[in-house]
Amino acid sequence: MGYTSVVCVKQVPDTKRITGNAMREDGTVNRAALPAIFNPEDRNALEAALRVRDEHGGTVTVVTMGLPSACDVLREALERGADRCILITDRRAAASDTLATSYILSCAVGKLKPDLVFCGRQAIDGDTAQVGPQLAEKLGFTLMTYMEELALEGREARVTRNIGNGRETALARLPALFTVMESANEMRPAAMRKIMKFKKARAPMEIANSVKTALGVSATPEALAAETSRRTEELAARGLLIDQWNLDDIGARLEWCGGAGSPTRVNRVQSVVLAGGDYREFEPTQASIGQLVAELVQDHTIG
Amino acid sequence: MEDLNRKGEILIFAEQDNGVLSEVPLELLSKGRELADTLKVPLACVLVGDKVGGLARKLIQHGADTVYVADDPRLKDYQTASYARVVGDLITERRPQICIFGATPMGRDLAPTVASAQRCGLTADCTDLQIGNYTDPATKEEQTSLLLQIRPAFGGNIIATIVNPYNWPQMATVREGVMRMSSADTGRQGRVVEAAVNLDGMELPVRVLSRVTRARTVNLKAARIIVAGGAGVGSRENFQLIRDLAGVLGAAVGASRAAVDLGFIANDHQVGQTGTTVRPALYIACGISGAVQHCAGMQESAKILAINSDRDAPIFGIAHYGIVGDLNEVLPMLIKAIRGGASIGQAVAQHAEPKA
Ligand SMILES: Cc1cc2nc3c(=O)[nH]c(=O)nc-3n(C[C@H](O)[C@H](O)[C@H](O)COP(=O)(O)OP(=O)(O)OC[C@H]3O[C@@H](n4cnc5c(N)ncnc54)[C@H](O)[C@@H]3O)c2cc1C
Ligand SMILES: Cc1cc2nc3c(=O)[nH]c(=O)nc-3n(C[C@H](O)[C@H](O)[C@H](O)COP(=O)(O)OP(=O)(O)OC[C@H]3O[C@@H](n4cnc5c(N)ncnc54)[C@H](O)[C@@H]3O)c2cc1C
Repeated sequence: MGYTSVVCVKQVPDTKRITGNAMREDGTVNRAALPAIFNPEDRNALEAALRVRDEHGGTVTVVTMGLPSACDVLREALERGADRCILITDRRAAASDTLATSYILSCAVGKLKPDLVFCGRQAIDGDTAQVGPQLAEKLGFTLMTYMEELALEGREARVTRNIGNGRETALARLPALFTVMESANEMRPAAMRKIMKFKKARAPMEIANSVKTALGVSATPEALAAETSRRTEELAARGLLIDQWNLDDIGARLEWCGGAGSPTRVNRVQSVVLAGGDYREFEPTQASIGQLVAELVQDHTIG
Repeated sequence: MEDLNRKGEILIFAEQDNGVLSEVPLELLSKGRELADTLKVPLACVLVGDKVGGLARKLIQHGADTVYVADDPRLKDYQTASYARVVGDLITERRPQICIFGATPMGRDLAPTVASAQRCGLTADCTDLQIGNYTDPATKEEQTSLLLQIRPAFGGNIIATIVNPYNWPQMATVREGVMRMSSADTGRQGRVVEAAVNLDGMELPVRVLSRVTRARTVNLKAARIIVAGGAGVGSRENFQLIRDLAGVLGAAVGASRAAVDLGFIANDHQVGQTGTTVRPALYIACGISGAVQHCAGMQESAKILAINSDRDAPIFGIAHYGIVGDLNEVLPMLIKAIRGGASIGQAVAQHAEPKA
């Protein structure tokens, strides 16, 4: 039999490595100064799906919504053993909050008709942990948050969840969506053979960009298109094509996507990171300590 | 889409577990009371469970004007689907302008599900809520009396203010322990209203087999602020100073291994290589020398304040702020400043007083 699984992964800036120079003067984050990585708990989500396939058979498809550069995490997923990867990319999806993100993902994931969907519990940039539960609601799937252990039998999942002050074991009806904890497992290493093979995998947008570079500015649009489709077909034949979908491909309603479909607005952002090496001494007097406290209140560290 | 019910009440989800009310809703009630008074609207709670009506009184004593009780044997165990149905139905009926949930494991499971079904926004893990105005950067249109939802993001490295201008209810989850709980007013009156439970024909997709919980000890990892004491605190009795400072800040209490070994405090408070690794927004190290094994567990804190009588203590090498002095003098001054020194103002004092 086997289960059809979809794993949602996000490429994120490595916020654990933030220092003062990753912050701009206006308090916003200079993402370019931070390495882009596979969201940590999405590794655990992928591993959980691969273990289901190891045990029961079936397929694992990895989906990400983001810029074409997010293909880096898709290649990593292929190296670890994913069967298929899909990049959802569309300018009209920019500025999506979690409601719009989960709507767009639901349109794509729904097309794949999975039995199981795996998300990380939380992404380390937006830090909301909302996309998983909202995706489950939109798909009408049983939601199982904070998963640590999973066993499947027929159309039922036996799940151990970490509920903060303890553990809960429950039976959940499929189809179901799991948000996976870091403590659930450890992602398997990539086999060298797969690394060599899948480092060449590309999405159409990446192919088009490299063709542009290869043929130079003088190339005609026809020549570009011909070369792009030649390379695309070649990669597809070797199983190295990353699928690429836009909002039309997944039949999304545009008014529910991107900024237009996002009820929340980021009104203001303040940095709380200090520039490296900053050190200030305060006198052990009431006045000086009051000054320190006022500063900490001002920047929302306390209060 | 623009459909703002400015007369709508403020609704707080009153989390309970096995008939025991959690602390979060009581914390949320004191904040909710402040917001409701500013907006001049009622403050309500929704209580969901089996035979939980008795908990309504406590909610009223802590500031609720109305408590909606959804009582049904099928609601005994928390389940996303059934709880989301009941809470969602109430929101559809009452059209509150603001809905607040604790950012607990349960709240962070329930709130996004409800928000998704309502197609409204949801701000995660807020550390403060205020009422204020917002100017749309595109249209320059100003909106008054919106909920300003203040939250850390980006691994705690930034603080963002999120608004929800056009699509209500304005929904947020709020981190545990950051809002001060006000004391109960036993004479306070309020209404208890039965809420509709429409679960007929709903086949619950989950069956809970077992649930093992332990009494909560310290949760250092989730703390936004940690006040830690070391050998320099001097005695078990004197460790109360550390607890007092933590109390006014709503912070968790941490310790060095020396403090644990000396018996000042239990070992689940230990920070460091062989203890817990923490990354709070603020770490206050009191009488801690800054051994590498201690620093390994806290040096990634966004801000570090070191208080030590030895100017050459290594802890100052990784600190952002330092006070060279005797902690027995410095800590009382710090507590006094936080409790509401003239320069800090009302807003701080309200957050900072110890929990009732
Ligand atoms: C400073 C700041 C604050 C924000 N605050 C809020 C807020 O309070 N409320 C709100 O609604 N939005 C907020 N957003 C927007 C939010 O970050 C984005 O919508 C983001 O795309 C998804 O949220 P997240 O990063 O929190 O993901 P989470 O919900 O934490 O992600 C959980 C899991 O969902 C899956 N997933 C998430 N995103 C993707 C993706 N693009 N592709 C594939 N899988 C994915 C992954 O499995 C991931 O592990 C904020 C953005 C910023 C910059
Ligand atoms: C394998 C290994 C693992 C370890 N793991 C950990 C670990 O996980 N966590 C950990 O903390 N340690 C750990 N240690 C122990 C570590 O090496 C230090 O011994 C310990 O951190 C010291 O604790 P301390 O700073 O409280 O005490 P001390 O080093 O004794 O420092 C006390 C400080 O208090 C100051 N002081 C004294 N009186 C006052 C006063 N009145 N006002 C202000 N300041 C005052 C002093 O100037 C001094 O700097 C480990 C050690 C080993 C070998």
